[in-house]
Amino acid sequence: MHESFAYAPAPESVRPALKPVYGLFIGGKFVEPKSGKYFTTINPATEQGIAQVADANAADVARAVAAARKAFPLWAKTKPAERAKILFRVARRVQERSRELAVLETMNCGKPIRESRDEDLPLVAQHFFHHAGWCDKLSYAFAGATARPIGVCGQIIPWNFPLLMAAWKLAPALACGNTCVLKPAETTPMTALMLGEILQECGVPDGVVNIVSGGPEAGRAIVALAGKGVDKIAFTGSTEVGKLIAKSCAGSGTKLTLELGGKSPNIVFADAALDQAVEGIVSGIWFNQGEVCCAGSRLFVEESIHDDFIARLKARMAQLRVGDPLDKNTDVGAINSRAQLDTIERYITMGSSEGANCFTAPCDLPAKGFWCRPTLFTGVQPSHTIAREEIFGPVLSVMTFRTPEEAVQRANNTTYGLSAGVWTEKGARALEMANRLSAGVVWLNTFNRFDATAPFGGYRESGFGREGGRQGLLAYVKLGSDAARSLKSGATR
Amino acid sequence: MSTTRVEVAKTLKLYVNGAFPRSESGRTIAVKDARGNIVAHASHASRKDLRDAVDVANAAQVKWAAATAYNRGQVIYRIAEMLEARRAEFVSLITAIEGRTKSAAAKEVDHAIDRTVCFAGWSDKIAAVLGGKQPVAGPYFVFTMPEATGTVAVVVPDATPMLSVMTLMLPVICAGNAAIVIAPLSNAPLAAALGETFATSDVPAGIINILTGLRAELCPWIASHRDIQAVSGAFLPAADAKALELGCAENLKRVCMYRDAPAFTDDGFWHSPFAIAPFVELKTVWHPSAL
Repeated sequence: MHESFAYAPAPESVRPALKPVYGLFIGGKFVEPKSGKYFTTINPATEQGIAQVADANAADVARAVAAARKAFPLWAKTKPAERAKILFRVARRVQERSRELAVLETMNCGKPIRESRDEDLPLVAQHFFHHAGWCDKLSYAFAGATARPIGVCGQIIPWNFPLLMAAWKLAPALACGNTCVLKPAETTPMTALMLGEILQECGVPDGVVNIVSGGPEAGRAIVALAGKGVDKIAFTGSTEVGKLIAKSCAGSGTKLTLELGGKSPNIVFADAALDQAVEGIVSGIWFNQGEVCCAGSRLFVEESIHDDFIARLKARMAQLRVGDPLDKNTDVGAINSRAQLDTIERYITMGSSEGANCFTAPCDLPAKGFWCRPTLFTGVQPSHTIAREEIFGPVLSVMTFRTPEEAVQRANNTTYGLSAGVWTEKGARALEMANRLSAGVVWLNTFNRFDATAPFGGYRESGFGREGGRQGLLAYVKLGSDAARSLKSGATR
Repeated sequence: MSTTRVEVAKTLKLYVNGAFPRSESGRTIAVKDARGNIVAHASHASRKDLRDAVDVANAAQVKWAAATAYNRGQVIYRIAEMLEARRAEFVSLITAIEGRTKSAAAKEVDHAIDRTVCFAGWSDKIAAVLGGKQPVAGPYFVFTMPEATGTVAVVVPDATPMLSVMTLMLPVICAGNAAIVIAPLSNAPLAAALGETFATSDVPAGIINILTGLRAELCPWIASHRDIQAVSGAFLPAADAKALELGCAENLKRVCMYRDAPAFTDDGFWHSPFAIAPFVELKTVWHPSAL
């Protein structure tokens, strides 16, 4: 009767109300860029334009920083409980407009609507809600120290979770009384610009948040002002760029936090609940097309179950639905840009040429747009490029181990240290693995979980500083002496 | 026939891996007292000495971090006991070499000892103050805990070397890191006495290492060394601070550089857990929670 149980198309019907042209959001309104330049931001699934967006240059960034400087004294002095109410309002308004924002995110970014709707947007709202509550509780957050805002924060964010990264940066900065210049990624400015409208609507004072869309020039201009108008730099992106930023900031006294790349291990022991582990591996590497800094891109399987586990994984891969990101049944959407697709394809070619065995999920790809099939490499050696370098795409490298010690040693054998996953039913082993893995986030029998209360960030070359929770606030305050025991007040760390 | 007894002069050496080697370079530099008389020759540490110290520090750090926090606290308390026993020696070294009054020297020594006691108490409280259980919005048990960063280079300013060394070194070792202290040559006798104190304080070999050397010479090598995980410095000349920060960017070492901070005498600032925070990594661990 039923030839197949194929899914009927289920496209999201909401269309966000967009303007044809977006200026820069500076001083509380959208203004024409001094650069005079605009570029078309596209939908990577269709390659069609979404809107014209301003391309900020150094003069535009200077203007945004000046606006943030001007707004700082008043915002820093605003009664914390009043700041809180404004941020709570932002959280509520994001919830109200979450469907529209989710669709826009998916259109601009390529990620499946199921993810932007169920993961990104709820986390965005939670992030504002959580941090709103901190505004009037900062004096309780730092044992015995006084917390003061830093000043103007220059915040540069990536294209993989555009709105969520904006929330991770803005919410704690604003809660602590700072003002911000935010640069969304070149390919994904849309939701940040819509967030600008929401902030304005919710009563965030003019100049407290400034949003400058643009490319590397705008990013470099923000970093160039470190110590000269910008008091803090927060960056999420590649380790390569992170190092350049750290160098530019050297000697300037600017506070810096970096959330960078990863090559995170996902370790499956023979005693794991295997089907659950398969789901975890799938979410670990194919969530958001693998364009996730903490993606579980190196899979270590205990040797004794390797063949069985890989067979289960391949069977599951065959079920992944790749295609229209706006379809509610889609599991894997479009790669964010042509450039990123080229990078991923280069790595896939390299994986085969260096001797690993390539398997790709059997599926059809749309004719237009940037697509990459979920890809799995077995027989990978630790020396292979695909085992060492961050690919930032849906490519999983599989290796094996025999003992827990070997698993730890191989998992830690990387310059990165962002996340790690462990799959085992033995409690003591899970906890000891958590102790020994060098990673800022360890997921035991789960993967890719995030929360506004849970600090996120890396060890080693995955960067420094944390985002989320009480620990994340540290990135946005200057701490002073405990007044009761201090000889001199005023200086801060 | 003279009856004057000839004093036995101490050969000043480095303190590395619980032992007292001379600089492999064979270099020494004269140390003068406040009156300008040469009182000793300091071992002038080289790049190779630094690299040797990094190797032993990294090897020792793993065990030190794995020791219980209670144990680390007791070892640091033992340092305070040993410092107290040699109090008079430290006072006289500061008085003689730096030309400060006896009471000023005594004040610095007492402060350094009391600060040591303070940090002896921090080791098993850092996790409570910097970490915690996270109330995430889902069925997960989530906790955040601080872990040692690794081997930390501690670059000490010239003034008040005893309080400087202790103030910058204690937060580092208290959290389970190993320290390589770059101490000024100007009071190398004091650095030597500190090394001897640590060597008799149950501090495992390699956890505290002291190199007397020229900061400007060693800073670029510290910054570019791949197996140093963090750098601590305070009140350094701008050029040294920048050299450290530039090199550290190469492999994203953590840099804790105090420029405009209260003086080391300020307990409200320097006894804070946030003096320790730069030398820990926060690890957040998730597990599903279900029956």
